[in-house]
Amino acid sequence: MTNDWSPRIVAFFCNWCTYTAADLAGVSRLKYASNVRVIRLMCSGRVDPQFVLDALAKGADAVLIGGCHPFDCHYVEGNYKCLRRFQLLKRMVQELGIEGDRLRLEWISAAEGDKVRTVINEMSATIRRLGPLGIPAKVEEWDREMEQFAAGIEVLESQAEPCESHAGVREGANV
Amino acid sequence: MSKPKVAFYWCASCGGCEETVVDLAEDILGVVELVDIVLWPVAMDFKYADIEAMPDKSITATLLNGAIRSTEQEEMARLLRRKSQFLIAYGACAHTGGIPGLANQFPREQILSFNYQDAPTVVNEAKLRPQLETTEEGRTVHLPRLHNVVRTLDQVVDVDYYVPGCPPTPKLTRAAITALLEGNLPPKGSVIAPDHALCEECSRKDTKPDKWDFSSFSRTHQKLMDETCFLAQGVVCMGPATRAGCEAVCTSGGMPCTGCFGATSRVRDQGAKMLSALCSNIAAKDEDEIEATLGSIPDPVGTFYRYGLAGSILRRKLNLPPDEQG
Amino acid sequence: MDNRDSQEIRIGFYICHCGSNIAAMVDCPAVAKAIGKLAGVVLTRDYKYMCSDPGQELIRKDIAEFKLNRVVVASCSPLLHEKTFRGAVEAGGLNPFYFHMVNIREHDAWVHTDKAEATEKACALSRAAIRRVAKHKALEVKRVSVHPDVLVVGGGIAGIHAAMTIANAGRKVYLVEREPSIGGHMAKFDKTFPTLDCAACILTPKMSEAGSHPNITLMTYSEVAKMDGYVGNYTVTIKRKPRYIKEDVCTGCQECIANCVYKEPKFRDEFNEGLGKRKPVYIPFPQATPQVVAIDSRTCLNFKGGVLTDMCKKSCVAACGEKQAIDFTQQEILQEVKVGAIIIATGFQPFDAARIPQYGYGRYPNVYTALEIERLVNASGPTSGHVIMRDGTEPKSIGIIHCVGSRDQKTNRWCSKVCCMYSLKLAHLLKEHTGAEIYNFYIDMRTPGKGYEEFYDKLLEEGVHFIRGRVGEVTDWAASPEEEGKLVVRVEDTLAGYVRRIPFDMVVLATGLEPKSDAQDVRRLFNMSCGSEGFFLERHPKLAPVSTFSDGIYIAGCCQGPRDIPDTVAQAGAAAAEVLVLVDKGYIEQEPNTAFILDEECCGCKSCIPLCPYTAITFDATRKKAVINEALCKGCGTCVAACPSGSIVQNLFEDDEIFSEIEGVLAHD
Repeated sequence: MTNDWSPRIVAFFCNWCTYTAADLAGVSRLKYASNVRVIRLMCSGRVDPQFVLDALAKGADAVLIGGCHPFDCHYVEGNYKCLRRFQLLKRMVQELGIEGDRLRLEWISAAEGDKVRTVINEMSATIRRLGPLGIPAKVEEWDREMEQFAAGIEVLESQAEPCESHAGVREGANV
Repeated sequence: MSKPKVAFYWCASCGGCEETVVDLAEDILGVVELVDIVLWPVAMDFKYADIEAMPDKSITATLLNGAIRSTEQEEMARLLRRKSQFLIAYGACAHTGGIPGLANQFPREQILSFNYQDAPTVVNEAKLRPQLETTEEGRTVHLPRLHNVVRTLDQVVDVDYYVPGCPPTPKLTRAAITALLEGNLPPKGSVIAPDHALCEECSRKDTKPDKWDFSSFSRTHQKLMDETCFLAQGVVCMGPATRAGCEAVCTSGGMPCTGCFGATSRVRDQGAKMLSALCSNIAAKDEDEIEATLGSIPDPVGTFYRYGLAGSILRRKLNLPPDEQG
Repeated sequence: MDNRDSQEIRIGFYICHCGSNIAAMVDCPAVAKAIGKLAGVVLTRDYKYMCSDPGQELIRKDIAEFKLNRVVVASCSPLLHEKTFRGAVEAGGLNPFYFHMVNIREHDAWVHTDKAEATEKACALSRAAIRRVAKHKALEVKRVSVHPDVLVVGGGIAGIHAAMTIANAGRKVYLVEREPSIGGHMAKFDKTFPTLDCAACILTPKMSEAGSHPNITLMTYSEVAKMDGYVGNYTVTIKRKPRYIKEDVCTGCQECIANCVYKEPKFRDEFNEGLGKRKPVYIPFPQATPQVVAIDSRTCLNFKGGVLTDMCKKSCVAACGEKQAIDFTQQEILQEVKVGAIIIATGFQPFDAARIPQYGYGRYPNVYTALEIERLVNASGPTSGHVIMRDGTEPKSIGIIHCVGSRDQKTNRWCSKVCCMYSLKLAHLLKEHTGAEIYNFYIDMRTPGKGYEEFYDKLLEEGVHFIRGRVGEVTDWAASPEEEGKLVVRVEDTLAGYVRRIPFDMVVLATGLEPKSDAQDVRRLFNMSCGSEGFFLERHPKLAPVSTFSDGIYIAGCCQGPRDIPDTVAQAGAAAAEVLVLVDKGYIEQEPNTAFILDEECCGCKSCIPLCPYTAITFDATRKKAVINEALCKGCGTCVAACPSGSIVQNLFEDDEIFSEIEGVLAHD
């Protein structure tokens, strides 16, 4: 990790509350970390778990979802649907080795410009501490095990050296 | 004119796909009549060298089943890609990673030590492991190296078509072979199966309620199930998120769909979509109550990605320790 | 409209300096240069004010000259100028939805301090828009006609004023009131602050005018049971409770009341806060509108059944005579009305003083609520305006406790706004009626309003006492002979700095205003939101104070929060104006962000059906497919995210559009 690394956070904000709150933060000239990229959706209920996974896979270090507070959803209950998906999605990505802190769901009302700042700054600091998620780089690294064949090199011979850790039992190897 | 050449190959899979080819029954004779089978290790004796010696693209089509999980499989996939005009990912493992893809949740070392040492059915006091190379009586034999990552076929080589299923049905297999032989081919990259979800052909569809309001989920062994829609009974059925074409053999046989046909063409991640559909329909609104409901899905990865982990957006558990040894 | 979906993509990219608002933090030419290198971009410009006429003209001209078929503008929030630029794109001959807007002002220039970072962010957001806009499709704005009739729910001063305003503008109004008469809380008041004009004198003419207005259909003793539809086209089901009187026949002569078998009023009179009695057949108050009696089936003998029913002589029916206005067979009926817009003016409920037991309400007969005092000092009240306590005596000393159920962490946290002023008013009236010594116990005196502070000054001059301190308790336990038989108020006088005990004959609790107990039901009925305290939430406190987040539904009066009569009337007028704008225009344009089902692909799994709060999704049982009624769809996209086979598409927010946006904000090119 280099010192100038800065986390990349993709945010999905609902049009009515959180996106408007972010506008308010702007109008109020509140200053916050610049590494959030907001994608506007009409409702947090539109957040397809695929979007979250895709953002992570394409190189986001974290994903933030912002919706209206309970009872305040412009579409009555879209935020609850988002919450339910989020809870299982978060558990699932944790099982797949992604820190839970990289996914965050916040209810931010149109009046809470300040909360936008706080949440983004907090999240930015948290992710800075966690370091890059770097899935694209990881995939590249995984695929390095295929480089030999991909390059068309005959490798069977050069692979001949045995695993060091098992050298002691080599003579007894069976399959 | 010589008959079109066809190859079958078997990578990381259980062999069920090969069974399907056999399940074509007498139709297989028709196929055999129309084509020259140039490789089919499970049924006939061919040598690697024979294939290698063939001119590139001289095989009309290769139906390759199984995920790519070792150097040998990778090498064969690349070789067959080179030699074939059409490479077809045949069956769930080649298509989306299949059951072997679930290994992407574990480091290679853990898999090896479990299988060769720690599994309760294994007796291996000497802690012997297969070696990449062994010399006995002056002859050296090589074993393929196990990859760290289980891959779908198209994560290794370019794939022309997919025949889904664990295993694909004889009907779909016949359709694919007929399409190939008749040159009546869909656009490259197509999955040769209907592009709607399974509910369409499920006999239980009419018993599906208009409202689910899930308060808990059961797994198949936890509940006596009746003839109605599994989801109506609170049993996770992947049908709504899974491509049709199997003619609902599982659901008509009393088991919920586990998703082996993969997603429709409009979905990038089958598991995420099923998760979304199920969770959206949970009754609870309170975080703790939602958590309680979700607690009845103890293994979301295994539930939603039973056949699709390797081909999913995330592909693999991300924090596995690097393991450079084979 | 043109169909350029399949053509070669030619994108024009414009970045706005917004004077120096954006340019001071974002290097606009650098962003333009970077974006110019992206696939599909044929033109980039940076310009001082894109929203200005010359800025828009630029877009129009470029579309023609450079054959652009997509436009991206990076400037302020789309909530501000998306419409403007869509208009410019349309003026240039393109479908307005071949446009996407990037927010680099509110979300970028204004919130960051590092120019390089802000510029990089502007690039990332713009790149996303470029990728997204390439996927955009031509869409059509749907116009929906607006039904000209209006529904007003709640017949208090807010509802009456709104209904009158709309009716006077020539529109038909249904005014629905739950009680047998309109008038609301204001009808119970004696005088109004600070002018002390008589509430009845200003309200009742309006009530009767509303009752007889040719454009107003008054539906009293009725409640809204159901609302379906969408802005401009609501179908509302109104439950009309049986009052056992034919409203159109009853002349309000009240002969039936005089002739009821109950010779004396025996039952709790709700209008008088229980301080008076009424008969089973009654008219709530003399100026009730409509002037129609009601029979209370809970107390009328006829409805008791068995022997009791036989004991009822039906003397009221006889008294009514030939008019035959009394009809014991009336049933509850459901009536459907079609309206284009709705004003909710369902008011408040006073805080239940019994919830603060240490103040003794309900335990000590001489502890009253403010509303009870309103009735006691009212000339048409149960005591004809004589302030006589429950024990029959007239009070010589009165303590008025402020903030009962207001500004209190244990009950309601908010300031009820009107209590200080009405307490002053009641102090004045009580002094006028009784000459008693009067004490006000307050936390802070809040008198912001025209003539309010002057009214406070006047009270100070009248010799009313003011003690600053929240009252700890009201007790009848006497600590000294002079406290004997009195109600003792224990309070810390925070200005004098010691705890005092002051004995009174009468204690008045200035109860606060709170949301109606069924506000949540009403909220759900009309798809509104409530704030955390339970009052209905306005769309924007400053820019849209009478609008709700549901188009076509407006709020007025205390259902939105505590307010006094002048504010209520002003707000009702504002709501009426909003309604008239909508109704007079005759149509609304719907953002085409609705969802639709890919019919062939839908497998009929029904996952989506229960998710739609607007019941826009139904299941076609013959074809076994889900169907979305576009007119009902509000475009949230929840069903789209949940469709497990990806067979629902949301216009303007298609999966592919969002995936390209994700890709764009994360790409490094």
